[in-house]
Amino acid sequence: MALAVRDLTVHYGSFAAVRDARLDITDGEVLALLGPSGSGKSTLLRAITGLEPATSGSVSWDGTDLADVPVHRRGFGLVFQDGQLFPHRDVAANIAFGLRMHGIPKAKHRARVEELLELVGLKGFERRRVTELSGGQAQRVALARALAPEPRLLLLDEPLSGLDAGLREQLAIDLADLLRRSKITALLVTHDQEEAFTLADRVAVLDAGQIRQEGAVRSVWRNPADDDVAKFLGATSFVDGVAAGGVVHTALGDVALPEPEDGPVRLGLRPHALRVAETGVPGEVTAAVHRREHLRLVVRLSEKDTVDAVAPVTADLRAGDPVRLALDPDGIAIVG
Amino acid sequence: MIPRTARTVLGLATVTVLASACSLSGGSGGDAQQTPTVTLVTHDSFVAPQDVLDAFQRQSGIKLKILKSGDAGELTNKLVLTKANPIGDVAFGVDNTFASRALGEGVFQAYTSPEADRGPQRYSVDSQHRLSAVDVGDVCVNIDPAYFASKHLPEPKTYDDLADPKYKDLTVAESPATASPGLAFLLGTVAKYGEQGWHDYWAKLKANGVKVDSGWEEAYTKDFSGSSGKGPRPIVISYASSPAAEIGDDGKPRTKALLDTCFRQIEYAGVLAGTKQVPQAQKVVDFLLSQQFQTTVAANMYVYPAREGVDLPAGWAAAAPLPQDPATLPADQIQAGREKWIGEWRSLMGA
Amino acid sequence: MALAHGRVTPAQTARTAGLALLGLLPVAFLVVFFAWPVVAILGRGFSAGGVDTVLADAQTWQLAAFTLVSAAASTVVAVVAGLPVAYVLARVKLPGVGLARTLVLVPFVLPTVVVGLAFRALWPDGGVLPLVLANAFFNVAVVARTVAGLWSHLDPRATEAARALGASPWRAFRTVTLPALGPAVASAAAVVFLFCATSFGVVLILGGGRYRTLETEIYLRTVDLLDLSGAAALSLIQFAAVLAALGLGAIARRRRENAVKLKQSTPRRPRKGEWWTVGAAAVVIALLMTPIVALLLESVSTPDGWSLAGFRALASTGTDDALQVSGWVAAKNSLAAATDATLLAMTVGVLASVVLVALRRAPGRLARGMGETMDAALMLPLGVSAVTVGFGYLVTLDALPGDLRTSPLLVPLAQALVIIPLVVRMILPVLRAVDVRLRQAASTLGASPARVWREIDLPLTARSLVAAAGFGYVVALGEFGATSFLARPDAPTLPVAVATLISRPGELNNQMAYAACALLMVVTVVAVALIDRFGSVRGHGTVGEF
Repeated sequence: MALAVRDLTVHYGSFAAVRDARLDITDGEVLALLGPSGSGKSTLLRAITGLEPATSGSVSWDGTDLADVPVHRRGFGLVFQDGQLFPHRDVAANIAFGLRMHGIPKAKHRARVEELLELVGLKGFERRRVTELSGGQAQRVALARALAPEPRLLLLDEPLSGLDAGLREQLAIDLADLLRRSKITALLVTHDQEEAFTLADRVAVLDAGQIRQEGAVRSVWRNPADDDVAKFLGATSFVDGVAAGGVVHTALGDVALPEPEDGPVRLGLRPHALRVAETGVPGEVTAAVHRREHLRLVVRLSEKDTVDAVAPVTADLRAGDPVRLALDPDGIAIVG
Repeated sequence: MIPRTARTVLGLATVTVLASACSLSGGSGGDAQQTPTVTLVTHDSFVAPQDVLDAFQRQSGIKLKILKSGDAGELTNKLVLTKANPIGDVAFGVDNTFASRALGEGVFQAYTSPEADRGPQRYSVDSQHRLSAVDVGDVCVNIDPAYFASKHLPEPKTYDDLADPKYKDLTVAESPATASPGLAFLLGTVAKYGEQGWHDYWAKLKANGVKVDSGWEEAYTKDFSGSSGKGPRPIVISYASSPAAEIGDDGKPRTKALLDTCFRQIEYAGVLAGTKQVPQAQKVVDFLLSQQFQTTVAANMYVYPAREGVDLPAGWAAAAPLPQDPATLPADQIQAGREKWIGEWRSLMGA
Repeated sequence: MALAHGRVTPAQTARTAGLALLGLLPVAFLVVFFAWPVVAILGRGFSAGGVDTVLADAQTWQLAAFTLVSAAASTVVAVVAGLPVAYVLARVKLPGVGLARTLVLVPFVLPTVVVGLAFRALWPDGGVLPLVLANAFFNVAVVARTVAGLWSHLDPRATEAARALGASPWRAFRTVTLPALGPAVASAAAVVFLFCATSFGVVLILGGGRYRTLETEIYLRTVDLLDLSGAAALSLIQFAAVLAALGLGAIARRRRENAVKLKQSTPRRPRKGEWWTVGAAAVVIALLMTPIVALLLESVSTPDGWSLAGFRALASTGTDDALQVSGWVAAKNSLAAATDATLLAMTVGVLASVVLVALRRAPGRLARGMGETMDAALMLPLGVSAVTVGFGYLVTLDALPGDLRTSPLLVPLAQALVIIPLVVRMILPVLRAVDVRLRQAASTLGASPARVWREIDLPLTARSLVAAAGFGYVVALGEFGATSFLARPDAPTLPVAVATLISRPGELNNQMAYAACALLMVVTVVAVALIDRFGSVRGHGTVGEF
């Protein structure tokens, strides 16, 4: 076990930003800390880095308590949301900064910088001023800078959320590839589930300062621990049902789900868990919005029940139109 | 453990402080301490030729360090403040307007110089001879004769003339609170009109448009018409010796001191009470009273030697004759009245 | 408070100890060379008794009222005159703006005695008006440059939005720009008020003995009358006034730190109505230059026509040895003393700023409270009479090894006291502006705390440090109040030599005084021009700000 966080609590004044957090990261593993803004995930990351004093609990690496190890001796690399490149140095000097701090002979800097720039896809950028870089380029340089001294743990604090959508997707894929290829042990903090799923092997969901659930990406996605986690993972409505022989029976219809054991079960529904179909529960469209891949609907099922649903992009539906909805196992999470 | 930051910065700071200490005070230390050094605390106007000072050092074996400390008032006050641990061994420049304060505070110790019977004793202020007179100077009304000639006005002669409507708006004086000649002038009017009568005189001066500046500089160089400033007023309160500095191309002074309007200032020297070098300090007093030094005071400080039989520079007879009968007041009376008079003067003049 | 809740690790303890040690040096400097002498001399005044009598005297309060009212009036004049200049410096792209930026600072460093005499030439009888104007004259630069610093960072889109919503240019200025500039204006006004309320030479010359302020009265009572209890009473009032001004300034600064995110705007050519403002600024600058030009003319004019005799005489000691050293030696003394003062002030000021920033970043109310107290304490030397400090030295410094009481070192020490507050005011905002995450990034890359200062804070603030040093240097060059009191006549600085020369009779001395003054101005202009070149980078235009 490389990183072990035990019962870590961090206070801001009397406010507990993180409570009794417990985390493990094994060598070469990428863990995503997923949570809404204000959930305490950045604080937890900063406490692990050593930038925030812990009130109680411990952070240890390979069994050694890090309480007395100052930030600069922990050997953790950190990438901020907005890069935080040193404006008074060029790209190469930014990347070589950690090498200098670690007393690596100057002669070796050039090759290492070149290697890293190639790794992040910015070959030949050595002499560029960091103020002339685009957001994506800056973030790549920040990543290269953090990786240069070969940190034992890479901490990524919302590394992609400062970028616009297209770039974010591309960089997420590149980053995932890089982390896997270089077998980097990393902790990623993000509020974006897709980013977490793209990059991480495991996720820990944090809410109101507490870790609510931790596990492999797929299992957390399919099986959130409670309604809150499910909501954070995209569920917009919930329905109770009964599982029997691989089929769950609910008020919204039946759906084939192999996982749950027979008995009562609660399902969290992401919008695409309900699709417009020939048959199914009837309802009335109250709002329709075009998305790139589907038509997103709000459908009233009864006086007080409305649900989110999707229809094919080609469907011509407007508020007031009657529709029927059927369950799609793809969009369903089993809660609890 | 002191973190490296602190050590670095502390070291740096020490170096800086030491470095800056060096660039100014570099030359002060280091000479062989065979000859005792005596510090003479004096006023800013003290000037003596270097060869005379060198001669003294050779003859006496005493190295003289001169420490200038403001005007007579400031000098006196500094001596009073530091009397427990004086900043020097001997002082010169406390004048008769401040002598009583210094004596009352016990700044000086008794010493009768063998040179004192050559004239300085005339100006003695206390029976214990703690202070020896070194020089005398007079504050007098100075005028610009050219102005009066061009306006066909007779030149004023006396204090009373300044209050004469003929000379309305022509006089500029200095505040006794901030300028030494101003104080001397006020004391001169007290001496002339008495402790009761001076108020009336000043009221008349005020009615006659006297202008009061806070410093001699503004009055003499800006408001007085006889100086380089070519100001509007031809009458100013300055020194009996001032005309000697205003000699024109024809070799004659352009200004004139009115010798019937003078108040005498006497400057004293004395051994400081707290000195650890009494004999050496006494030798310095002797030196200040000696023929050797006294010959230099007129040319260097525009004052008259206290010693009798000392030659004056050529031209002084014409440009700066010593007033025959200047006004003066006993030091005790000055000490007792000074603050009160200044206060009354300030309320009278609205200053 | 996190530390109280949490375990205190040895690393944290060491960091706190290091911070305390660092903080100790500036604090020790201020205690030994400021607080102790001042308290000692005030103590003598109190023990002499009679403080209450002076405080009960109606005249005392008239004096205080006149001081405050005239200082307030000067402040208003300086602000009103400074704003159009600030606008031009911050927003206008016209030939000559760079020159104006440099020139506007010249009055700030002129010796007071010279300015006093220049104003006397215009108002021969002195009085309240020239007094107020002269004090304002010195300080227009403070307002112009401080406000320009913020103005050039204000997002012009706010004003544009107001205009789009139908506001007239004047209305947009009044309702949008002015409130946004408020903190800078208030902060500058506090400093200007401080300078005006403690101004000495000008009041003495232009007050003509009739108008007195707390500062001149403290001087009078201390130096001439040795009325220490009266001086102590007046010092108390002055202290209270200064604290009040500092408090207001601090509140304004705090508002400024909470200000919205700023944006650098590019200067451009003025349009239509804006020319009025440019015109107003031109008038102000012309007025500022008038006494300076008069002074330069005076340095070359004699009754017999133009002559460089005054400048040639700088190689001599003046008529009848008015000076003890030549003008050039005085100039050299000035440079040496200013160098020492600057080194000293930079050491103390930078350390103090580092500690202040660290305290502010530190968690916990105690540390922050300490920081704010120290911040205010650092400004106090501006509000205490030089003479109080100087006489304080006499009664205290003999207790130190080496008996500094009569040392020539006192001059740079006292000058350093004057410029430390200015240095701190200039460095602190820039240090504070260094993004804490940049420092954290450096830490995670393996930089120790000391290394972070060296690698991040120092390079990022280098220009401001250079600017602060240069500015401090210039102020030290022109410093007159404390210097004239402490400089020995055998080692005068240039401003002291100017004052001495002016106070001696003789045509040539007078010319030489003005020539020395011209020399001082040239040095100043060169220094300021250099500072502006080095110090103001696009995007960091905070040079010369307080």
